[in-house]
Amino acid sequence: MISRGEIQETNSMIQHMNLDVRTITMGISLLDCADSDINRFNEKIYNKITTKAKDLVKVGKQLELELGIPIVNKRISVTPIAIAAAGCNTDSYVSVAKTLDRAAKDVGVNFLGGFSALVHKGCTPSDRVLIDSIPQALAETDFVCSSVNVGTSRNGIDMDVVKRMGQVIKEAAELTKDNGCLGCAKLVVFCNAVEDNPFMAGAFHGVGEKDCVINVGVSGPGVVKKALEEVRGADFETLCETIKKTAFKITRVGQLVAQEASKRLNTPFGIIDLSLAPTPAIGDSIAEIFQEMGLQEAGAPGTTAALAMLNDNVKKGGVMASSYVGGLSGAFIPVSEDNGMIEAARLGALTLEKLEAMTCVCSVGLDMIAIPGDTSAETISGIIADEAAIGMVNSKTTAVRLIPVIGKGVGETVEFGGLLGYAPIMPVNSYSCKAFIDRGGRIPAPIHSFKN
Amino acid sequence: MNCIITVLGKDKVGIIAKVCIYLSEKGVNILDISQTIVKGYFSMLMITDIEKCTVTFEELAAGLKKVAEELNVEIRIQQEAIFDCMHRI
Repeated sequence: MISRGEIQETNSMIQHMNLDVRTITMGISLLDCADSDINRFNEKIYNKITTKAKDLVKVGKQLELELGIPIVNKRISVTPIAIAAAGCNTDSYVSVAKTLDRAAKDVGVNFLGGFSALVHKGCTPSDRVLIDSIPQALAETDFVCSSVNVGTSRNGIDMDVVKRMGQVIKEAAELTKDNGCLGCAKLVVFCNAVEDNPFMAGAFHGVGEKDCVINVGVSGPGVVKKALEEVRGADFETLCETIKKTAFKITRVGQLVAQEASKRLNTPFGIIDLSLAPTPAIGDSIAEIFQEMGLQEAGAPGTTAALAMLNDNVKKGGVMASSYVGGLSGAFIPVSEDNGMIEAARLGALTLEKLEAMTCVCSVGLDMIAIPGDTSAETISGIIADEAAIGMVNSKTTAVRLIPVIGKGVGETVEFGGLLGYAPIMPVNSYSCKAFIDRGGRIPAPIHSFKN
Repeated sequence: MNCIITVLGKDKVGIIAKVCIYLSEKGVNILDISQTIVKGYFSMLMITDIEKCTVTFEELAAGLKKVAEELNVEIRIQQEAIFDCMHRI
């Protein structure tokens, strides 16, 4: 029988350490909605999404009540629209984004991902239409998230798309400049994007997936931090063991929620994403874990090693707790969504270059970083190329979610609100990479032997 | 289905009585009770079986919330599954 201590431990994690299930994301395939008429396509996708996900929010709330644990987000991911809508005769997918937004609002979810294109080896005409539609689509919808995969370890990096994405990010910022350039917070540029990621803004439902699945993302930086407080001053072996045990417990809750949601929604269970996802709440921060480990601020020497260890042990602990692990699975380091990261960036302890180094050892990448509004499109493309190269060579997912804040410069702050938080604008290396980006073409796939 | 009910708050006369009367009215069977007072604070854990409960889980939770307000204590009801999953392999 469950003991008093065990009950108290679980409830204390929930009530005092921000333990929650971050998201239940329903992945829905839109491949069977293909139509040459875009209006009919929109009608079909609206009907499919609102039918499949009609009980998603209700079941999420039921589980929250019955298990006594917050399930923060209920979300939907769909087949990349550049694939699902490829048959439509049209030169813009903005109406598709608006339909997705309407469907998301009608079923009550707070984000819908999949306004996406996978173009790591070049664009189809549909991919081009999608990429060109991104800025307006993000400006004219509230809940639609977009992502573009520009490279893979097997195929290399499409530098033409990398160049274009720098411009797209600037356009998205310009169109949403009255709203904190929020459009860019809903746009991710990936290398090695995964097909079953439940986390936004990069979620989409891959073409290798079933018709409809339930993926769950767990969280719990606060629980890990609290557990580490108990072993203050202990050696790395103890530190790692503590992280593993904590990650195991957190993940088991995610597995329970996933199984129950899958049963009640009569939808197969896909994966659990073992990620430590911070929020702007005090005590729910990856940076505070670093401080607990012994670093004065996130970004101090040792941060990359600390993150590598944290990430690895979260996976080691979590893998045994779930029957299927997938998604991004790691520690997220979104600057604006993590109170400790915001503070470290404000102090200058955490720089863009250090963040880039950190992305070599964790999921996912340069995430939610505000940069000066006058940063050129080529420079943004250069940052994307660097990040994609890290992913390509190390066979891991990397991503870039940068927000060039129009009209603001280094030292100023931009406010996104809610889970997206706020961010100090960080300086960017001002030397030009224009001639490099202007070359065009593809970077070939890297060699996967002779690792050094 | 087993549920864990936890009650926390400043000690006073009749907390157990009131909670138990409410549960019996709703057909909830109490399997185990453990209760203690720490520095004037009342803490109780109950393992209950809600198989024959006459109302839905939502209604039961809402009713307990009302009892909690009347007693000025905190009452939580959760499925045992969340504790089992975390602490048992």
